[in-house]
Amino acid sequence: MKYETVIGLEVHVQLKTQTKIFCSCSTEFGRPANENTCPICLGMPGVLPVLNKQAVEYAMQACLATDCRINPRNTFDRKNYFYPDLPKGYQITQLNLPIGEHGHININVNSVQKRIGITRIHMEEDAGKLVHGENEDQGKSYVDLNRTGTPLVEIVSEPEMRSAEEAREYLNQLKAILLYTGVSDCNMEEGSFRCDANISLRPFGQEPFGTRTELKNLNSFRFIQKAIDYEVERQTNILDQGDKVIQETRLYDSDKGVTRSMRSKEEAHDYRYFPEPDLVRLTMDNEWIERIRKTIPELPEQKRKRFVTEHDIPEYDAGVLTASQSMANYYEECVALHPHPKIISNWIMGDLSYELKNDGREIEDCPVAPASLIGLLQLIDKGTISGKMAKTVFEEMYQTGKPAQEIVKQKGLAQISDSSSIDKLIDDVLADNPKQIESYRNGKETIIGYFVGQVMKASKGQANPAVVNQMLKEKLNQP
Amino acid sequence: MHRSTLTQAKEGLKKKQFSALELTEAVFKRIDQVEDNVKAFVHLTRESALYQAKEADRKIAAGEDAPLLGIPLALKDLICTKGARTTCSSRYLDKFVAPYDATVTERLKRAGAVIIGKTNMDEFAMGSSNENSWHHPTLNPWARDRVPGGSSGGSAAAVGANECMAALGSDTGGSIRQPASFCGITGLKPTYGRVSRFGLVAFASSLDQIGPMTKTVEDAALLMNVIGGKDPLDSTSAENALPDFTKALKGEIKGLKLGIPKEYFTSGIDPEVEQAVREAIKTLESLGMQTVEVSLPHTDYAVATYYILACAEASTNLSRYDGVRYGYRSEKSDNLLDMYLNTRSEGFGEEVKRRIILGTFVLSSGYYDAYYLKGQKARTLIKQDFEDAYKKCDLIVAPTCPAPAFKLGEKLDDPLQMYLADIYTISANLAGIPALSIPCGFTIDNLPIGLQLMGRHFDEETLLKVGHHFQQNTDFHRKFASL
Ligand SMILES: [Zn+2]
Repeated sequence: MKYETVIGLEVHVQLKTQTKIFCSCSTEFGRPANENTCPICLGMPGVLPVLNKQAVEYAMQACLATDCRINPRNTFDRKNYFYPDLPKGYQITQLNLPIGEHGHININVNSVQKRIGITRIHMEEDAGKLVHGENEDQGKSYVDLNRTGTPLVEIVSEPEMRSAEEAREYLNQLKAILLYTGVSDCNMEEGSFRCDANISLRPFGQEPFGTRTELKNLNSFRFIQKAIDYEVERQTNILDQGDKVIQETRLYDSDKGVTRSMRSKEEAHDYRYFPEPDLVRLTMDNEWIERIRKTIPELPEQKRKRFVTEHDIPEYDAGVLTASQSMANYYEECVALHPHPKIISNWIMGDLSYELKNDGREIEDCPVAPASLIGLLQLIDKGTISGKMAKTVFEEMYQTGKPAQEIVKQKGLAQISDSSSIDKLIDDVLADNPKQIESYRNGKETIIGYFVGQVMKASKGQANPAVVNQMLKEKLNQP
Repeated sequence: MHRSTLTQAKEGLKKKQFSALELTEAVFKRIDQVEDNVKAFVHLTRESALYQAKEADRKIAAGEDAPLLGIPLALKDLICTKGARTTCSSRYLDKFVAPYDATVTERLKRAGAVIIGKTNMDEFAMGSSNENSWHHPTLNPWARDRVPGGSSGGSAAAVGANECMAALGSDTGGSIRQPASFCGITGLKPTYGRVSRFGLVAFASSLDQIGPMTKTVEDAALLMNVIGGKDPLDSTSAENALPDFTKALKGEIKGLKLGIPKEYFTSGIDPEVEQAVREAIKTLESLGMQTVEVSLPHTDYAVATYYILACAEASTNLSRYDGVRYGYRSEKSDNLLDMYLNTRSEGFGEEVKRRIILGTFVLSSGYYDAYYLKGQKARTLIKQDFEDAYKKCDLIVAPTCPAPAFKLGEKLDDPLQMYLADIYTISANLAGIPALSIPCGFTIDNLPIGLQLMGRHFDEETLLKVGHHFQQNTDFHRKFASL
């Protein structure tokens, strides 16, 4: 039987603050274990949290960029559970009055636009991590609390996605929005963008949701799609056999490509949430909210629409170019210097992206600046080099960082357009090919291509083919 | 010398009648003489105190001045002191040395105080008798077979036995006032938010408040000037400007309205306590104050409300004592769950465990609404009671405790009876208002009786002013226990 897939996503995003949410420890990634700690984030007796205002403002930006309504009154709560990576034995989070609610983002799958609701966004502190000993250290576990107290927002979607593709696109859009606003670096490898998925199936046309499972440990976009596909198949098999899906938390094992049961609903923690007495209520007045709203840049969706209408480039191109803000900036800088959007778009999506990908670089580290790329395009326009030649020049520019002009000059790649040099080449070619001249004059005009090829060959590709063509015709047509 | 009040010691130092070192040495000599009969201290910081005293003398010689320069003080052992043990009288923290000073410790040090040691308490401030200390029970200086009260019993006994000029305690449900009353000293619980809680090991975060425990109201005002005021490290500390409490003592009290809550003078009160309190009220009337009967109708719910909310907060505040990072860790575990269970079973005493269990229960899903949420609502009603009462009066007068100090072991097996010892003090914590306890008489057995004054939010000035005028006209606070 075919079932409808229902997916809701919970995304934990690390905010890009320099310091932790309740103390002044650094949030820098990759430091030696427990270097970024202090009595406060170690949960020593008597310490108290003080809320990082920058974290609040990043969270506000995340809310405003996803059209969430910001709650004028925010409270914090304690979520209680024991684990060695949680020094206080509770996590400070927001339960009843989160910072934002009722937002949405738009996604595009197969050219169909869809709005996905965002239930809520709340602030919380991250936990640390355990490092389990190996070999002779087997059986021991070490606690690294560097990450403890790193500010997070959890962004909870409505269960409104109906396929793994939609889930993936939602995450793409969400990531782009967060990158645009500068709220997070969304680096999945460093854990600053983490996703859990709630998945259930129901017969098409049925209103109530089926029993859901929660998938954890989805730490790459590829895994997310694979895990969802696996889980959908697993649940389909269960339902097809007339069995019931058990509500539980499942862990995705990326090595085996399967999900495994972690804990059932009965084993779920009672977190004993209650209001955090060490923090005061946070009030956000309109003036503050409006001030933050002004810092929200043009977001990917608006930008995409503008590129399509103003630059007349295809929807697809606009989508690719707006995937990251630096890509969009690069493109816009180019267009400002050289108003040929589609040509620029082709170069960025083609040769430029190819080189970047090979190199494993991001566009912000691209050795070819927008002005350099445009320098190259202008050489094509002027006829100094051919489009084909330009690709070679570009490769060289990317490797050496030199401007196009210089490379063309140094390597003597400029096209030969002056008639006296070409005249000499043509005369030589014609002198060597009397038979072909005969055929041409007998009406086989297509043979001109052969002559062009020969001249180009003799010029080592540097003769301007248009000039060659023109001059050849003139000479052949002379009696 | 050890009998001096803080103010007198200040005078003596100023007039060079003695040096800070002589004063500190005199205090330690007194401790050496009487401590076996009191057991007020958990540990003494003799070496660093003598060093601080010498420093103070150097500063005095250089003409420097600071509010507490060279004054020997003691701290309740849940106020963190950098480099010295802070045990909370718990086995769990027995060897814990904080790598930081509490804000109050820092403020005292900056004011030139000499910290002589840490005083005994009920474990994690949970108790009313100091019998819940992992170290040893403290004895009442007035009667060695009686408790000094709790949880700041060590501080109260140390001040009462003249083992320090003054001390700091903390008050969650009466933990400054009740022992002050039992030991015949002055104790102030400031308004919630008046004094920073940073570095105060938490029992119940929304109720805890550090305050002075002194020989006179005048001394309490002096300490408040030093320890009070906004602290950026404590989000719940109030922005309110800190008045000069010493200056406030001189103010007029004539015409102030004294509210007498009828719910505090019911059948549960010891007749000798009631008589002393009624006498004290007459004294205040004779000083020009007017009395008016007020009602605090939700008083009956205070104890239950308190034990729900305080235990709920305590149950999570104490979660950090898990054996992972510092403090006690049971050695006999071979997996994580056992480590938690054994560590906490062995590291905590009975009363602490009882309250953690109680607090965990009231926060559990299915019980939260019936207990915690209801407790919050009751707390709002109790707060409202006081707001209503203060429409009719400027401050409220009541006994601090229903009875004088009880015998060691008397209530140990009956937690409910123990909890009821706080019946008159708990409401001020729930309402967040300031409250002062001062000596107002003695029983036939020569046990001190305390008078409680409760004020409006952030109006410690009125309490101190009235208390000071009372002490100017009585001499209960000048009596010393014979040791
Ligand atoms: Zn820290």
